[in-house]
Amino acid sequence: MTKRRIGIAVEYIVLTIVSVISLFPLFWMLMSATNKSTDVLAGRILPGQKLIENMGNLLKTANVGQAMMNSFKYSVLTTVGSVLICSIAGYAFEVYYTKSKNMVFNLLLISMMIPFAATMIPLYTLFGKLNLLNKTLGFALPSLSTVLLIFLFRQSAQSFPKSIIESARLDGAGELRIFLEFFVPITKHTFTAGITVAFMSNWNNYLWPLIIMQSPTSRTMPQLISGLTSGYVTDYGMLMLAVSISILPTVVVFLILQKNFVEGITGAVK
Amino acid sequence: MNARFKTKFKLSTIGWIFILPATLLLLLTKFWPIIRALVLSFQSGVGLNTSFVGAKNYIRMLHDNLLHTSIFNTFFYLLLQVPIMLIIAIILAVILNDSRLKLKGFFRTAIFLPCATSLVSYAIIFRSLFARDGFINLILMKTNIINNPINWLSSPWPARIVIIIALTWRWTGYNMIFYLAGLQSIDPSIYEAAKIDGASAFTSLRKITIPLLKPMILLTSITSISGTLQLFDETKNLTNGGPANSTISISQYIYNLSFAYSPQFGYAAAVSFLVLIMVAILSFTQMKVGDRR
Repeated sequence: MTKRRIGIAVEYIVLTIVSVISLFPLFWMLMSATNKSTDVLAGRILPGQKLIENMGNLLKTANVGQAMMNSFKYSVLTTVGSVLICSIAGYAFEVYYTKSKNMVFNLLLISMMIPFAATMIPLYTLFGKLNLLNKTLGFALPSLSTVLLIFLFRQSAQSFPKSIIESARLDGAGELRIFLEFFVPITKHTFTAGITVAFMSNWNNYLWPLIIMQSPTSRTMPQLISGLTSGYVTDYGMLMLAVSISILPTVVVFLILQKNFVEGITGAVK
Repeated sequence: MNARFKTKFKLSTIGWIFILPATLLLLLTKFWPIIRALVLSFQSGVGLNTSFVGAKNYIRMLHDNLLHTSIFNTFFYLLLQVPIMLIIAIILAVILNDSRLKLKGFFRTAIFLPCATSLVSYAIIFRSLFARDGFINLILMKTNIINNPINWLSSPWPARIVIIIALTWRWTGYNMIFYLAGLQSIDPSIYEAAKIDGASAFTSLRKITIPLLKPMILLTSITSISGTLQLFDETKNLTNGGPANSTISISQYIYNLSFAYSPQFGYAAAVSFLVLIMVAILSFTQMKVGDRR
């Protein structure tokens, strides 16, 4: 009995330490955003009163409003597009299974192994020719179809009851309607998981916009905060405020959807 | 019979239509560029003035010290960071799966939260924490562990260590979620039976948990390996590859070759093909090893 108690005490201690390590850098970031640079360097980790001042400096130094707008526009449109394209593909690979479709699926799986660095140069020159530089479509195209999402939706279609499809067909429902009116609502956890994953990776995308979104008016938040560190003297208060702002949307999305997210992943692997 | 065949054919065609957009996009953004890169890797020159140079780019790789440094760094991060991270992730997932535990939701959120940060943001947070006049040095000096500040990011080995710490901080929770999902699909009665048979907690971890988590371990190690081989955002924003290119990753080197130095697309494509081959070999080995166990 005591042995079991020690066991669970150890578990709590481990989890507490790991949680503190996980949360501290984020806590430090938030506190620093409210302090002036010299106080940050002096090790102050309590809330300060310089938030407004840091905000003023940040707005003077960089066009945060534009970068936030850009990031929102690119990420939301890309996420909507990719979830639509990948969900229906993943569903079709499972529901309309044929040997030849499965071969295509296996071919697509190989693309997971193709590193982005290997495709970025031809993509960049192609997109230059197609006049897609600094365009939302240029940002979106390489992220619209991802194997991870197709895989996620195929897995959830596997556990989707086929009898529902059969009876809907007998009632005369069209194939697209069956997908929209039965599959989407029933597997909504997978859709929230897919939206979370896609939004986060689009919002955080850095290397591709760095190459293709070079004009100052089409820059994204990751590009903006990366640019803030290039000066000689770093204003830590301002920098951490910018980082906090850039992190906020993904943290909010995650906190709202996290319950569905974990269930979505679990449902998909079961 | 004929009508049945007709509907079957119709359904299959609808299936193809549903699959088409995703497939075409992957052909355009993955398969076409990779073939193009292969052609490019046998060429040299800038812009339109490229000419066929045979295997010259590949021979150049043999004598390119900076490339060798970037390969060494990438494999150093890979061999040290990926195992540490995956082991911690499994341990945390097993603990979080303990039914007696309270506050599970809180711990899970706390440990996963680093994944909600963008790679650039957390790299900048760590860069600030580990700056010469940053918080980490301040604490270490206040507690008298060190007397002089450590130049974390401007000496090669400390900088590599910081990159590993940062990577582990960001990605452990992400991998943990996959293990947690895997653990939740294991029937608890297996553990009950093992306990009745007198198996210790460690034995059931080794004999039940790990084998049943095998598909998840395979998935997470493949994604981690391929992620590490493509490391860019972190090294770019933590150290910018410095000091003197000593922490540069392969992807950052390819980026520099294409966009920072005078553009050498042909050579950059050859280096990127090397990455592709490495990712493919490592993934296949992983799958083979995974199958055998």
